[in-house]
Amino acid sequence: MNLALIRSSVVAGLAVLASTAFAQEVTGAGATFPAPLYAKWADAYNKATGARINYQSVGSGAGLKQIRAKTVDFGASDMPLHDDELAKDGLVQFPTVIGGVVPVVNIAGIKPGQIKLTGALLGDIYLGKITKWSDPALVKLNPGVPLPDDAISVVRRADGSGTTFIFTNYLSKLNPDWKSKVGEGTAVSWPTGAGGKGNEGVSSYVQRLPNSIGYVEYAYAKQNKMSHVLLKNQAGNFVAPDDANFKAAAAGADWSKTFYQVLTDQAGKDAWPLTGATFIMMHKAQDKPAQAMHTLKFFEWAYVNGDKMAGELEYVALPEAVKNLVRKQWAEIKDGAGKTVAYK
Amino acid sequence: MSTTALTTSRIAKHRRRKTVNAIALTLSMAAMAFGLFWLSWILIETVRLGVGGLSWATFTEMTPPPHSDTGGLANAIFGSMAMVGLATLVGTPIGVLAGIYLAEYGQKGWLGSATRFINDILLSAPSIVIGLFIYATVVARAKSYSGFAGVLALALIVIPVVIRTTENMLSLIPNALREAAYALGTPKWKVILTITLKAARAGVMTGVLLAFARIAGETAPLLFTALNNQFWSADLTRPMASLPATIFKFAMDLDEGWRKLAWAGVFLITMGVLALNILARVVFRNKH
Amino acid sequence: MAATLPASHYDANEMPRSDPRGRPPERRRAIPWADTLFSVLAHSAAILTLLLLLGIIVSLIVGAAPAIREYGLSFLWRSEWDPVKDQYGGLVMIYGTLATSLIALLIAVPVSFGIALFLTELSPGWLRRPLGVAIELLAAVPSIVYGMWGLLVFSPVLSRFVQQPLQAAFKTTPLLKDLVSGPPVGLGILSAGIILAIMIIPFIAAVMRDVFEVTPPLLKESGYGLGSTTWEVVFKVVLPYTKTGVIGGIMLGLGRALGETMAVTFVIGNSNQLNSASLFEAANSITSALANEFAEAADGLHQASLIYLGLVLFFITFVVLALSKLLLASLKKGEGTRA
Repeated sequence: MNLALIRSSVVAGLAVLASTAFAQEVTGAGATFPAPLYAKWADAYNKATGARINYQSVGSGAGLKQIRAKTVDFGASDMPLHDDELAKDGLVQFPTVIGGVVPVVNIAGIKPGQIKLTGALLGDIYLGKITKWSDPALVKLNPGVPLPDDAISVVRRADGSGTTFIFTNYLSKLNPDWKSKVGEGTAVSWPTGAGGKGNEGVSSYVQRLPNSIGYVEYAYAKQNKMSHVLLKNQAGNFVAPDDANFKAAAAGADWSKTFYQVLTDQAGKDAWPLTGATFIMMHKAQDKPAQAMHTLKFFEWAYVNGDKMAGELEYVALPEAVKNLVRKQWAEIKDGAGKTVAYK
Repeated sequence: MSTTALTTSRIAKHRRRKTVNAIALTLSMAAMAFGLFWLSWILIETVRLGVGGLSWATFTEMTPPPHSDTGGLANAIFGSMAMVGLATLVGTPIGVLAGIYLAEYGQKGWLGSATRFINDILLSAPSIVIGLFIYATVVARAKSYSGFAGVLALALIVIPVVIRTTENMLSLIPNALREAAYALGTPKWKVILTITLKAARAGVMTGVLLAFARIAGETAPLLFTALNNQFWSADLTRPMASLPATIFKFAMDLDEGWRKLAWAGVFLITMGVLALNILARVVFRNKH
Repeated sequence: MAATLPASHYDANEMPRSDPRGRPPERRRAIPWADTLFSVLAHSAAILTLLLLLGIIVSLIVGAAPAIREYGLSFLWRSEWDPVKDQYGGLVMIYGTLATSLIALLIAVPVSFGIALFLTELSPGWLRRPLGVAIELLAAVPSIVYGMWGLLVFSPVLSRFVQQPLQAAFKTTPLLKDLVSGPPVGLGILSAGIILAIMIIPFIAAVMRDVFEVTPPLLKESGYGLGSTTWEVVFKVVLPYTKTGVIGGIMLGLGRALGETMAVTFVIGNSNQLNSASLFEAANSITSALANEFAEAADGLHQASLIYLGLVLFFITFVVLALSKLLLASLKKGEGTRA
C-alpha cells in the first residue's frame, strides 16, 4: 500500500473535519409531541442566523434522562417535573407551546369526528375490557354510527412518552379502574396493544391496521389526515380537537406560581380534554454557558418569530404574559461564576 | 420366497427409493426458488421504491423537517461515510496485528487460544450490546453524544472480523515461504510484514472490505453513541448524522417525503454494500 | 595470536567487499529492536482484544448490579414489566428472543439444506456460481432493510394471505387455536421469526454449501457405485461426513438471529405483556426492548433491568457458541474411530 497516499488522505480527512468544527451547534433531545414544530423552528432559525439547533425526538422519557445526565444541552418533555424534582436535579423548566393529544381511529366507513367517546370508555378500551367496536357501551353513545362487529386493535407507545403521560393522566382522572391498575407516567405497563415508537410509530400503525385506535399529537393526526374522535369534556360537551379548543383548555391555567401545569380535563365549555403544554428543561448551573446562551437565544427567537409557524401546525402559542414569566425564569440560569447567562 | 416375489419386492423398493429421491430433489429446487424469491422481492422493492426517491437533491440537501417538499440525505451520507471509514481505519491495524499474533506467535500457549475464543465471542456479540458498552464508558463520561463514540462502537465490530480473516489468510500461507525468508537471515518482523502479509494481502483486504460492508449497515450501535443530527456536521465531538439512524427515524413516519428519503437511503446502503461485496470477490478472485 | 595466523588484509579494514576469497563483512542488524517492538505490538493487540471483552462484561455487570441485587435469578422468570411501579422481569423478552430464533431456525435450516443440496448436486455448472453469489448477496443486505421491508411490504401480505386464513382454518382446533389467536395484523412473533429466517438462510446455506463441496468425491462415488440415489448419497454419506461444518453453520445462523435488533424491532409489536401463547400477538425481544427503552430508562432499576437483559442475551449467545464448540470437539473425536 502506498504510504504517501494513506498519509495524504488522512491529513485531508482531518482538515475537512476540523474546518466545520467552529459552527454553533446546540443539541437537544426529547418529546416527539412538539418535534415537527421544533424541527421547523430549527430550520428557519438556521436559515436566519446560521446557528444549528439539533433536536432529536427520542421521546420525553429519554429527554429527561439525557438532560439529567448532561449529555444534551436541553431536554424536552410533555410531562412537567414537580418543583421538588426540579430542585433535586438542579433544573428549570419552561413551556414552549400548547397542543392537544387526539385519539384516532381507522375504521372503514367512519369519517373523522363521527365517533364520540368518553374518558371512562377510552380507559376501558385500553384496559382491554371493551374488545369490540360493537360493544353495547360504544353503540349506546354512538347511535346510528356503523360500528363494525370487529375486534379493536389497540395501539399505544412503546417508548417513554410525554404524550403517554398526558393520555394516561386523563384516563386516571376519569377511569378509576385505570388509575388503580395502570396509573400514569411516561411509560406504563400497558395491559394490551401494540407499541409504536414515537408519535410517528403510533400514527403509522393506526393507518396500517384496520379497526385500530391510537393516540397521537394533533399535528400528526392532521398532517396525515387521520380520523379523530370527539371527546366529552368536563362541561359535558362533545368537542372536536382544534386549536381554539386547546386554547380554551389552557385559558384556566395559572402559570404565575409554577410552570407545573397539567391541562387535561379542564373546565370550559369548549375545552379539549386532552390538552397539554410541552416543556424544555435546562440546568440552573451551567457547565457550558455558551451552549446555554445559544439555547436561550433560539427560544427567544422562537417566542418572537415562531407563533405563526406554530399556528400552521395546529399548536397554540403561549400568551405574551406567560412568555414574560418564562423570561423572568431564564434569569435563574447561571454560569459557573454565578452570572446570569445573557441571551440578548 | 420365490424368485418372482423377490424381484417384485425389489422393484417396489427401488421404485420407492426413486420416488423419495425425486421428492427430495424437487423440494431442494423449491428451496432454491424460495431463497431466490425473497432476494428478488427485497431487492426489487428496494430498487423500485429507492430509485423513486433519488434525485440530485438527495446528495446535496440536508435532512428536512417533516412535511417539507425539499430535502436530501447529504449530511447522513457524509456522516455514515466518515464514521464507517474512520472505524475501519481504527479497527484494521488492531485487527491485523492481533491476527498476525494469532497466526505467527500464538499457535500454542494460553494467550493464543484465549484470544481465539474471545474473538469468537466478540464476533457473535449482539451489536446493540456494543453500543451500550460505548454509551456507558464514553458517552456518559464525556457527557455528550459524539461521532467519536460512534466510531469506537463500529470499530469494536470491525476488529473481530478482521482478526478472523487475517488469521485464516495468514495460516494458509505455506511455511516453506517463511522458512525460505528465515534462511536468508530476515528478521521475524520483516518476514511477517514483507513476505507473509504481502502474500496474504488479497485475503486480508477482502476481510477489511467485508468488515466495512458489515458496519455500513449497522444501526443499533449508533443509536446510543452518535445519536443523529438534522444538520450538516463534520464535528466528531458532537452528534453526527448517519444513514441507518436517519432511516430508522424516517421509516416509521407517515410523511411521504420522509418515507421516500428512507427508501432512498435504504437503496443507497444496499447498493453500496453489494458493490463492496462484489468488489471484494473480484479482488480476491484475481489473485488466485 | 596474530603471529600464528597468516598475515591478513582485512585487519587493515581496506578490503573491498567484492573479494571472493574474503569472509562476509560484519553486518550489524539494521534495527535490532524492531523485532522486539513488533512482537510487543502483536502481543498487545491480542491482549487488547481480551481486555475489550473483559471490559464489556464488567461494564454490563456493573450496570446491571442494582437489578441483580434486587431480583437475582428470579428476573429470568418474572413477567411483570412496569416502569410506573418500578417492577421488572425479563420473561417476556427472553421468551420473544428464543421463540423468534426458534421459528427462524425451523424455517431456515431445511431451506438452507435444500439450497446447499441444489447448489452442489443438482445445478448445472454454468448456473452454480451466479446462484451461489446471489445467495451470498442476501447475506450482505443490511438488517435495517429487512426491518423496513418487513414492516412496509411484508406484513400486510402476511396478514392477508397467511394469518387470516390460518385463523379461519384453526378457529376450532383446540391447541392450534391459541397459537393463531390475536390480531392478524402482520406483527408479532411469527412475523419476526419469518423475517429472521430470511436473514439467516444465506449464512447457513453458504456454510453448508462450502462443506458439501469439500466432501471427497471418492466417498460420494462409492455411494453411487453401490446404486444409491442422489438423495441417499447426500443424506447418508455427505451429511454425516460434514456434520461438524453443518452444525457450525447452524450455530452461526442462530447467533445472528439471537442478536438481531433492527429486523425484529419493526415488526415485533413492542408489547411487554405475555397474555397468550399466540404467535400473532405483539411481543417483545431483548434487542428490541433495549432499542426502544434504553435511551429513556432513568438511572435506577429500569436502566439496570435493561442492562441485565443485555447481559442475559450476551450469556445466551455465549452458551450457544460454547455448545457448538463442544459439539464440534466431541464429533471430531468420534471421527475416524469407526471403520
